[in-house]
Amino acid sequence: MTQGDAVPTAAFDEMILDDGRPRPGLEALVGWMLEAPRATLKLRQADANVLFRRIGITFAVYGEGGDPERLIPFDIVPRVLLAREWAFLARGLEQRVKALNRFLDDVYHDGEIIAAGKVPERLVLLNKAYQPEMRGFDVPGRVYTHIAGIDVVRTGPEDFYVLEDNTRTPSGVSYMLQNREVMMRLFPDLFNRHRIAPVEHYPDDLRKTLQSVAPPACPGEPTVVVLSPGLYNSAYYEHTFLADKMGVELVEGQDLFVKDNAVFMRTTRGPQRVDVIYRRIDDAFLDPLTFRSDSTLGVPGLMNVYRAGGVTLANAIGGGVADDKAMYMYVPEMIRFYLGEEPLLKNVPTWWCEREDDARYVLDHLDELVVKEVAGSGGYGMLVGPKATPEERAAYAERIRAEPAEFIAQPTLALSSCPTYVADGYAPRHVDLRPFVLVGADKVRLVPGGLTRVAMRAGSLVVNSSQGGGTKDTWVLEDGGPDHA
Amino acid sequence: MHITIDHETVYGYDVPVSYSIQSLRLTPQPYDGQAVRSWWINVEGAGTLHRFTDSYGNVTHTLVLDRPHREVRVRVRGQVVTAETGGLVTGTIETFPPVFYLRPTPCTKADGALDALARSSRDGGVLDSLHRLMMALRDAIDYRTGETDVMTTAAEALANGAGVCQDHAHAFIAAARSIGVPARYVSGYLLSSDEGTEGEAAHAWAEALVPDLGWVGFDVANRVCATDRHVRVAIGLDYQSAAPVRGIRRGGGEESLSVAVRVNPRAAGSAQ
Repeated sequence: MTQGDAVPTAAFDEMILDDGRPRPGLEALVGWMLEAPRATLKLRQADANVLFRRIGITFAVYGEGGDPERLIPFDIVPRVLLAREWAFLARGLEQRVKALNRFLDDVYHDGEIIAAGKVPERLVLLNKAYQPEMRGFDVPGRVYTHIAGIDVVRTGPEDFYVLEDNTRTPSGVSYMLQNREVMMRLFPDLFNRHRIAPVEHYPDDLRKTLQSVAPPACPGEPTVVVLSPGLYNSAYYEHTFLADKMGVELVEGQDLFVKDNAVFMRTTRGPQRVDVIYRRIDDAFLDPLTFRSDSTLGVPGLMNVYRAGGVTLANAIGGGVADDKAMYMYVPEMIRFYLGEEPLLKNVPTWWCEREDDARYVLDHLDELVVKEVAGSGGYGMLVGPKATPEERAAYAERIRAEPAEFIAQPTLALSSCPTYVADGYAPRHVDLRPFVLVGADKVRLVPGGLTRVAMRAGSLVVNSSQGGGTKDTWVLEDGGPDHA
Repeated sequence: MHITIDHETVYGYDVPVSYSIQSLRLTPQPYDGQAVRSWWINVEGAGTLHRFTDSYGNVTHTLVLDRPHREVRVRVRGQVVTAETGGLVTGTIETFPPVFYLRPTPCTKADGALDALARSSRDGGVLDSLHRLMMALRDAIDYRTGETDVMTTAAEALANGAGVCQDHAHAFIAAARSIGVPARYVSGYLLSSDEGTEGEAAHAWAEALVPDLGWVGFDVANRVCATDRHVRVAIGLDYQSAAPVRGIRRGGGEESLSVAVRVNPRAAGSAQ
């Protein structure tokens, strides 16, 4: 078998049918794309880059040299979902995130799903992301993952697969919001011609979600803060952006302290009690009194107050046990077990090298599979078999043999593509979608769409911004066609 | 056996500390081998104590001092009645399933040497194997103070051939887990002589889960299973999660620590 050209090129295109006509519902947009003069598009694309630069939205890329404040490429062609497609996705996402939360509540209490033999006990209790300190503690509203980012890919008109669940501190929502704002500035006429579901209310929804999980000790209007590791974090822009849009304080560990079974923020008017902390710091660094004692980013004693019911953390500590790539295989079972429903969104077939048969299959088919580290994220350390050289595959096989339980493999999916504006006009590029699901004590909130990531290189299947992927504005087209109201 | 305990921990600082916070796991819980007759925790100065129960079931106090201080002084006193159980620990509140106690931690990760020692101790039943393991580890790790600290790992202690009770416990836990036996850390007190004990440290040992029997205490430092002279206070995966005192402070320069532990026998029925 030859390498490099094994990736299917005839992927499902989300905008254009095989015969070249626009998909039903997208005629107006495609018509506009074809009419728009090349020169204008080129100008708009340049304008977009200037706007993003001015906004200051950049993303530090780990493990690469060059400009750490590199701009993520933005593509001016929107990615479009029809209302009924989104309605289906939204139901599937809500179902999935409900099950993930039930799972977290269960494994930090009686572990019924383990007792029922549906999930291996060791995979849970010996998991690096399982936080012993959370055991037996009732978090407010029984919500663990208040903000979930579920990565979805599409392979056909009705075929949506969940690629990955992110239940810790998913980032990227600021891009979703900025992409929309930039698109509206660049192409106001397009927004007049289409009924596009708004996304601007995300920060309001986030604030309401966070306030809904205030601890029992909170008497009145809950005070929410965003806790950031600080300026040098790659997502710092997003932390400042969300705090600003929610109208709450952005704090770092040193701004908070524990006293009287509560958490206080230092302000110019004296200490102010904090009820809900939207933390963007990893578990291990949150509290040096309980976790890593060398952490200077956290708040000493935070875990004690949390457990005593004096403050709420979002997301909860220990949520990572639900989202590693081995646990992923069991999510459909979680949905059946906790909700008594069949999963609406599909799981990608997954081989786990911990199982001998699976490991053998994976090692025999490395040239066809995508192999990932169980605890990895962000597209780091993965092997895209069909694209790798024989040497790369051989080296990777050694890693698998050394620590089989640390690797899973999946078939190379023919990810859907969307027309994307490139140097020589429009060209299809593969896309994925990260919708953000907000879970409060009161209800689940979802803004239509999410963040579309696009692999900017022709044929590439890796959309992670840390791997050079770009983004697009994501539209959910409401029914009724162009809005003439 | 009636045992009285008086344990004082004093941290002193060169320059005043503006804020300090401690987690105190210093409150024993009853089980079949132990009843707690009385127990006090006292903090000198303007500190506040808040109590909660941690995930292992340890009663924990959060101590906060937020005015400038040069000293943190914590004193616990109380009386406990113990019974000889042959090391068997029953009647505890178990918050985790046994498999959980196979979980390695940075301090209790077995290296090749610990793993080999555990394997060579394995012969016959689990209980016998663990006894052999206890003796082998005690032979391999000499009891010497000052050679290790709270961050020393089990593997390092074995490689150095010296350590204190905490290192013995960590090494035993690491080795037991490496051969599939759930094991955990116990922090507590030991009455080491009939006349009473005065010392500069509390005690620590390990517990391992023996099939068909239950949790059994192994005091590697003293080459015995836990006795009625052992007062069990807190448990965890390792020292980090069961530590009697864990603290953080702002400022203060150099720190001095003094610990005074008095453990005394009290004849049954004597005045309280």
